[in-house]
Amino acid sequence: MQEGTGKSILKGIAIGKLKLYHPPKYEISDAEISDVEGETARFEEALKKAIDQQNVLYEKALEAAGEESAAIFEVHGMMLEDDDLQDAVKEIISEQKKTAEYAVREAFDEQAEVFAQMDDAYMNARSADVQDIKQAVLDVLFGVDPDSMQGSEPAILVAEDLAPSETVRLDKSLLLGMITRQGSSNSHTAILARSMNLPAIIQCKEIDESWEGRLGIIDGYNSKVYVDPEEELLQELTAKMQEDEKKRALLEELKGQENVTKDGTKIKLYANIGGPSDLGMVQENDAGGVGLFRSEFVYLNSKDYPTEEQQFTAYKQAVETLAPKQVVIRTCDIGADKMVEYMDLGDEDNPALGFRAIRIGLSRKDFFKTQLRALLRASAFGNLAIMFPMIISKWELEEAKKLLAECREELLKEGVTIGEYQVGIMIETPAAVLCADELAEACDFFSIGTNDLTQYTLAIDRQNAKLEPFLDTHHPAVLKAIRMTVEAGHRHGIWVGICGELGADMTLTETFLRMGVDELSVNPKSILPIRKVVRELDLNAGE
Amino acid sequence: MKEFQYTINDENGIHARPAGILVKEIKGFESSFTVWKGDKSCDMKKLMKLMGMGIKQGDTITVKVEGPDEEAAAEAAKKAFESNF
Repeated sequence: MQEGTGKSILKGIAIGKLKLYHPPKYEISDAEISDVEGETARFEEALKKAIDQQNVLYEKALEAAGEESAAIFEVHGMMLEDDDLQDAVKEIISEQKKTAEYAVREAFDEQAEVFAQMDDAYMNARSADVQDIKQAVLDVLFGVDPDSMQGSEPAILVAEDLAPSETVRLDKSLLLGMITRQGSSNSHTAILARSMNLPAIIQCKEIDESWEGRLGIIDGYNSKVYVDPEEELLQELTAKMQEDEKKRALLEELKGQENVTKDGTKIKLYANIGGPSDLGMVQENDAGGVGLFRSEFVYLNSKDYPTEEQQFTAYKQAVETLAPKQVVIRTCDIGADKMVEYMDLGDEDNPALGFRAIRIGLSRKDFFKTQLRALLRASAFGNLAIMFPMIISKWELEEAKKLLAECREELLKEGVTIGEYQVGIMIETPAAVLCADELAEACDFFSIGTNDLTQYTLAIDRQNAKLEPFLDTHHPAVLKAIRMTVEAGHRHGIWVGICGELGADMTLTETFLRMGVDELSVNPKSILPIRKVVRELDLNAGE
Repeated sequence: MKEFQYTINDENGIHARPAGILVKEIKGFESSFTVWKGDKSCDMKKLMKLMGMGIKQGDTITVKVEGPDEEAAAEAAKKAFESNF
């Protein structure tokens, strides 16, 4: 067995025959020509064809991989239309009396060199783009059809390098994966491979001609390549590959489907996220929105109080990226147990029962108003909801709303546009559950924080291993508390969701549906599995 | 002549695709567009030259627009920068 390593483009496994891929090599003559006009016309015609081809490749890539990946071909088209580049070629033809092929090579190589010399990694990669479009024009001039390089059975392609146009031209039905000796992870080839969902390893130095025709494995999880793998390894990775296939099939099957039971009961499935880098996961997992955006990241990732501007940028990004999906942002939920030095919260004997969350906000009004202002400004850019944590009394909610109204007034006076937004609270204490009717009168929604609700209701520290025998996350008291909250909320016409861990507990999905919970906000990866459970339930069955 | 300054926000600076879109936006105007970074300048309608300037995030560039339709042209250029960089 031979091994190779490199950079993995995609966490996936490919198993199949290895096929060496050789792009066509041209012999370019530097002989002199006499018909400058004719040669120039040849070039112009080839250029036009090459530009047309870029449009075809754009459409192909659009279908195979989406707008972002297809964009490179739009750029290639634009580059080919550049006057300076065209003029450079024509000048070599007329001044030096050389063939169109020679002129193209010289002029394009020169432009590629300009980019390669720049001290910017991104621009260096563009040098490869110029090489790619040079190849495109040469292909036309030489009358070569590059579509015939793949052979007739599905294989893992092995090459020195693969240009974007080559990657997109490849017949996907014959392609299991790619291994190249060169390449960069933000090259367009890598981007295309990712969006075409093809395992690929780049910068693999061990590539060898002798690999042709042998059985190969790409292990994209460990950035490894195996040639003629040992039996045990082959079995292990084949099993992994099948597991991946099942997961992918699940995604395909469930994406875009409604969260509705066989008897027609619906529920919203939203995502819990903790920062801007999680935004992609929301769409990837087909969440209907964000039911809990933990805003602590702006405070924790900072050495000092984050400014209104910094916060605004983060909140705006979230609501804008996900618009028109609702994004529920929870205001600062920090306590003494989270290390935020600059906030000077002091030591507490009992941080879980201490100065935290809304209590900090209501005691340090300037601090709180900074966040509220940032949120209100962000509301203009998407579908925002503001959620206050740890509320135990109606007056806390009223006070928070008063501060929100003050910020609103101030901003409107400053000429800032404010959008529509809902205001709700987390229900995470027994007090809130028992006063839920009162609280429901004053807000637009509840979201049940089952983690803390369980702790406070059962008086158990979930991190304490000694208490395991006493902890029942499905404790009837907890379930009753949830039911009471849902019923109180609905009595006052507001929606009630769950954003704590219990939401993702699939043994409780039926229970929640029967209670009438309106929304479950869970970690993104649980959304489609929960959707599957929902769609297979029939609440009328067995009655 | 119309002139405006712009500070590049995009973390990739002036890079391929947005640059291409920018060129497309302004190519239709009669006016000439020159972009300056420090003492380097180039014709903004030339994609390769524009990319070759190596304009990065944080750079403040000056754009000078000159011609019969410079009012509309400068406006279009400014908008194109704001949308793409």
